[in-house]
This record gives sequence, structure tokens and C-alpha cells, in this order.
Amino acid sequence: MGFLWFAIISVMLTSYVILDGFDLGAGALHLFLGRTDDERRKIIRSIGPVWDGNEVWLLATGGVLYFVFPQLYASSFSGFYLPLMMVLWLLMLRAIGLEFRTHIKDGIWASFFDGIFSIGSLLLAVFYGAALGNVVRGLPLGPDHYFFLPLWTNFRVGPHPGVLDWYTVLSGVVALVALCVHGANYIVVKTDGELNEHARKTSLILTPVLFLLTLVSLFATLFIHPNLLANYNALPVGYLIPVLVFASLIAVFVFQKRGKEVAAFISGALYLAFMLVGAVYSLYPVILPAIDPRYNLTIQNSITSSYALQVGLRWWIFGMVIALGYFVFLYRMFRGKVELENNGGYGD
Amino acid sequence: MDSAVLIHRLHFAFTVTFHYLFPQLTMGLAPLVVALKTIGLWKNDERYHRAARFWAKIFGISFVFGVVTGIPMEFQFGTNWSHFSKFAGGVIGQTLAMEGTFAFFLESAFLGLFLYGEKRLSKIAHWWTGVAVFLGSWLSGYFIVATDAWMQHPVAYRATADGSVTLSSFWGLLLNPWALWQYAHNMAGAAVTGAFVMAAVGAYYLLSEKYVEQGKIYIGVGVVSGILFSLLVIGPTGDGQGHNLANYQPAALAAMEAHFDTKTADLVILGQPNVETKSIDNPLVVPKALSFLISRDWNAQVRGLSSFPESEWPTNIALLYYAYHIMVGLGTVFMLVMLISGIQLWRKKLHETKWLLWVLMLSFPLPFIANTAGWMTAEIGRQPYLVYGVLRTIDGFSKSVTASNVWFTLLGFFGMYTLLAILFLFLVQREINHGPEHVESFAPAPVNGGKVSAAGRN
Repeated sequence: MGFLWFAIISVMLTSYVILDGFDLGAGALHLFLGRTDDERRKIIRSIGPVWDGNEVWLLATGGVLYFVFPQLYASSFSGFYLPLMMVLWLLMLRAIGLEFRTHIKDGIWASFFDGIFSIGSLLLAVFYGAALGNVVRGLPLGPDHYFFLPLWTNFRVGPHPGVLDWYTVLSGVVALVALCVHGANYIVVKTDGELNEHARKTSLILTPVLFLLTLVSLFATLFIHPNLLANYNALPVGYLIPVLVFASLIAVFVFQKRGKEVAAFISGALYLAFMLVGAVYSLYPVILPAIDPRYNLTIQNSITSSYALQVGLRWWIFGMVIALGYFVFLYRMFRGKVELENNGGYGD
Repeated sequence: MDSAVLIHRLHFAFTVTFHYLFPQLTMGLAPLVVALKTIGLWKNDERYHRAARFWAKIFGISFVFGVVTGIPMEFQFGTNWSHFSKFAGGVIGQTLAMEGTFAFFLESAFLGLFLYGEKRLSKIAHWWTGVAVFLGSWLSGYFIVATDAWMQHPVAYRATADGSVTLSSFWGLLLNPWALWQYAHNMAGAAVTGAFVMAAVGAYYLLSEKYVEQGKIYIGVGVVSGILFSLLVIGPTGDGQGHNLANYQPAALAAMEAHFDTKTADLVILGQPNVETKSIDNPLVVPKALSFLISRDWNAQVRGLSSFPESEWPTNIALLYYAYHIMVGLGTVFMLVMLISGIQLWRKKLHETKWLLWVLMLSFPLPFIANTAGWMTAEIGRQPYLVYGVLRTIDGFSKSVTASNVWFTLLGFFGMYTLLAILFLFLVQREINHGPEHVESFAPAPVNGGKVSAAGRN
């Protein structure tokens, strides 16, 4: 039961990263890719009807995490107090920028909200990457299972780390570039004309950069945490994961070159999924690694009672089947390229 | 009181109070928008479709503000109340996770379709997306109220070896008797907000003599639903909630009424509670009325606050008393305003009764105040407990997060929410001035080129 819920939460988190990832990536690229007002409105319209539903995956994942692993929720949220509050503010700024941009179409106000939306998205991508970096690096959990991280200390990966050190900043940059590739791939799928071509070029330039960055972060991870390979050595099939990570990046590049827009987008999504699977594979059964491994939070010492888990599984399956139905319907309704001439849509 | 716990409380109180200004409006408008769409379909009347479209825009703006201010609420359980989360997550995590899974997905997926899909869907299908948004927002309300109800009246749990609690009965948690009345009372309160806001915009249009035809529709729907819901807030839902308090939180009820000694209880209309002398200054009371309301017996003894140990007393009796009296006082005003408007509407004189239109137009902030005061009553009355009778507030906050850090983020939220409030008012004001006539008709757009038909129905 513990493993099942560990898997469910991993899948939900991955869904969130993939879905909100293209919103964030498109947002981060918004100022650079959208050179005219029309192009910017097209980018906004491409994510307008879906971003809110995508963000719900964050809430749903948080809720499930809360009842399955109350101790993990309590420890990690209070420990990451400052960065999480900033994530909240950024989420607000992004949403406000996006909404206002759809209501106010002209003048310096439009530019202002374009800026808010884009910078909010960009910083969120960096924060998420840094957060994942923190988890992989390990946290100063005490015997009471709690910790508190300052934003930064000396930028070294030592016994008293901050949220930001060289490793987590690197993770943040990887995440930013990864989501930019993902966002560019999405814009390619959703638009045509010059914007489409421009986004395709961006993806083609950024994908090799991402390839290099991923490689660097892989070695950096092994450098700061050599014992992360324990699970891989115990079950070597895991070594396929990094292979798949790099293969999916190559696929993005090749598909984008050949103009296979949807295939490139899916490959990018797979890259994100394999990156997360790789991290999760190395952590299991730890769910929040401590710098002193005696204080690790594991599935075993954080999980709630089995009755709650069984009941939860029943309604979760029921709820997710329905939710998937909605999303298939929603994306089908808004499939295809966005057009600005349509009435009553985002950006009109 | 320890300053760290106080500032953690202030942090949650401020963010949740600001947050709930938006969901009460969306939950209140949702049934009204569905009503407008239904009348539009029923009578095949484009005016009602136009009205529904206009209100859907206001709804959409409010929804987004509700979402972005709502995420901090879920986060704060972990960030600011980690010991409570560790203690109770095994129970209330269920309802919070169900809110995400059942309500938010439903709401967010169909809101996009409802707001931006009218020309892509058939009329009936579009009506269904409106119903789905309505259901989603009201379902969301239920899960949150069920969560709060468990903190007010904990049921369906058992203790675990590590000192926390975990769920012992799924249906027991969902059908908590406290939750049923609290939900009905709360939703009726939200609907009053929706009704007053709709009527106020209608009155504004009539008084300023623009969009008069639409304004009359808003006043009609606002007043009729306003009568219904302002009555429902009082009875049976308000009365039922009062009995919950009498049964499960008698100390909170005594403090709300500032009823210190056990005796037949008067209903205090006005007056300031004096905790030192255990009496009311400047009282204006209805003798024995509280005894009757609680027990249906004018001479019944009502347990006074003095009979409870002071360690069980709510920590801020004066604020609790005022919050409760503001809620009840305004609730009475709502009923009167709506009944008088209803009589005038029925006599077909409301549209010419200028003074009453002024009252309707200017009353729209009052339900927000009343709903806020109602929640303050519930949550201040719950003190000194976080989970009533089980976990004290002082034992629930994040001890690893210092008061200084909480001040830092609280100031951040002050700034952010000031900005949000200004933007919200600006946007809504803009839509109201833009007016309903401006909302385009959603007749199918001419298909020009393959790219468009790929996006539409094919």
C-alpha cells in the first residue's frame, strides 16, 4: 500500500510538471517569442483555457500528499517556508498577468502585464527546479523530523545548506531550460505562421543546451551524493532511465527538425517524466532525505493508517477516472491551432 | 499569549478572510448564472443568454482571484500549522484531497468550456458546462466545510501510536452532523452575496439609466433569489447551526451571547460585553428570548460562561461577541431589504422606487461583511482549540518557523493582497461600465480556412 501511494503521488506530481510545465515554459518565453501584440495574444490564448486546470494538479497532489504522508507534508512545508511563500506570490503574479492580459488588450498596460506574467512564469520554473534540487541534495532534518531552511547560507553543499546553493541553482537553471523547451514545443503545436517557426527554432537551439545541462547536473548529482546510485545498483534496470532521458531529448530535436510537431512535444514531456522518475527511483523508499540519514523520512515512518489509505484509494480511482474524462474533453474542444479572429476567446 | 502563535493565527486569519471574499461571490453567482441560462433556454430569450454571459465574466474574474488566493490556504496547513498537520492530516487530508480531485478538476475543466466554448458547443451542452461549474463550486464548498466541521466537532477518528489521529470512518467524516448545518448555512450566506451583488448592479444600471433592460433582469433575479436565501440563512439553517453550538460548543455559544451566569437567557440586541464584571454594558435585550431559541421554552436555564473553567473560554470574547452580533444583525437587515424589494417588485413598482434602488445598490458590501463575521464567529468560538476539545491552538503551529519569518511573509501578503484588491475592483468596475450589451453574441463564426475548422467542430 505504501509503494502504491508513493507511485500515485509520483505520477500526479509528474502530471503537474508536464501540464503546468508547458504553461510556465510558454510564459517564460512569452516576452522573447511574442514580438508583436498579436503573437503575444496567440501565446496567451494557447494556454488560456487550460492553465487553471493544469494548476489544479498541484492542489490535488498536495491534498493527496497531505492525507497519505502527514508527516512529510508538515516537515517539508514548514521547512521550505520562505521559498514556498514566494512560490505562492509568483503563482499569483502569473495568474494576474495572464488574466489581465486577456482583459486589457492595448497600450503600456498590456506590456506591463505581459512582463508580470512572463517574469512570474520564469521565476516559478527556477524555483521548482531548485526545490527538486533541495530534495535530491538532502535536508537538515532533525530527530523531531523538522527543519528550517534559510534562503541561502554560503552557497556550498555542506552541513548547513540554504535553499539556494550551487547545486540547487544548477537544478533551477536545468528546470528553466527544460520548461522553455517544453513550452516552445507547445507553442509550435498550437500556432502557425512566423510564431510557429520562431518557436521551432527556439526549441532547436535550446534542446542541445538542455542536453549539456542535463549531463552536467547528472555528474553534479553523483558528485554531491555518490550513494544515490544504491537503488540503481540493486536493480540495474534503472540504468535505462538516464538512457531514456537523453534519448527523449534527441527525439525532441529530430522530430522538431522534421516538422513532427506533436511527436516533438510528446518527447519533451517524456524527458520531464523520465527526469522525475530517475530522481524518484534513487530516493525510494525515502521520501524526504535528511543530511543525517538516520532522520530520513521514509514511506514507513510517515504513512497514515491502512484504513484511510484503502478508503482513499477507492475514491481516488473514482475521482481520477472522471477527471481524466474532463481533461480529454477539454483538450479535444480546444485542440488545433489558435486563431485570433474567433469571437469570445482568450485574448479577444 | 505566546507571540509566535498569535502571528501564525493572524497570518491564516488575514489570508483566509481575504480569500473567502471571492469564493462566496463565485458560489453565490453560480446558481444565479445557471438560473439565467435556464430561463434563456426555456423562453428562448436572447436577453437572458446575454445576462448569463455578462455574469459569467464577473464570475470568471472572481474565480481566478479565488484560485490564486486559495492555494495559500492549502499550503499554510503545512507551512504555518505543521504540528496540526502532522496530528490531523490523516483525517482532514482526506477532505482536502477530495476537494482537489472531485471539485477543482470539475470546476476548472468546465469553466474554460463555459467561458470560452459557447460557440463550440450546442446550447444544451453549454448549459451543462454551466451546471458542472455550479456543481464544482458547491462541491468544493462542501469539502472545505466538512474539513472545518471536523475541527469544530471532531468525529470518525481514532488515535494512533505516535500521538496523531487517523480516519476511522469515511462516511462518518463526510456526514458529520456539524457539517450538514454549517454547509447549508454557509451556502445560503454565499447565495445572499450573489443575489445582492446582482441586484446592486441592476440598480446601478437603472439609476444611471443605461442597459436598463438588462438591469431589470438582474434586479428581478437578484431580489427573488435574495428573498429565498436571506430567509434560508435564518431558518432552518441558522437555527440548526445554533443547535449545533448549544449541543457541542456550549462555552462558545455562551461567549457569543456574552451570557455569563447560568439562568434564563435574554437575547442581547446591543451592548458591549464586559468580561471583568461579567456583564453587558449599555444593554438592549429581548428578555428570555435566547432561552426560547435554544430550548423552545421561555424559562429554560441556559448555561453561562462562568460555569466553564476559564481555560475553556474562547480567547477573545469581545471580538467573538461582536462578530456574531454583526452577522445576525446584518442577516436581519438582508431579509427586510429583500422582502420590501420583493413586495415592490410584485407590485411592479420597484423599478420606479428610487430610494429602494439606492438601498439595493449600496448594500452590496454588507453580505461580504456578514459572511466574514459569520466565519469569525465560528473560528474564534472554536478557541482555545484548533480541534475542539482535542488539540489546542498553542500546540498546532509550526514551531520551526519563527515569528520573524511569519511577520516577513505576512507583510508580503499585505502588499500582495492590497495589489490584488485594487486589480479586482478595477477589473470588475471595468466590466460593469463596459456593460452587458458589449458582450458579443456567440453566433458561430464564419469558417475561414482549415486551421479554424480544425479548432472548431468538424
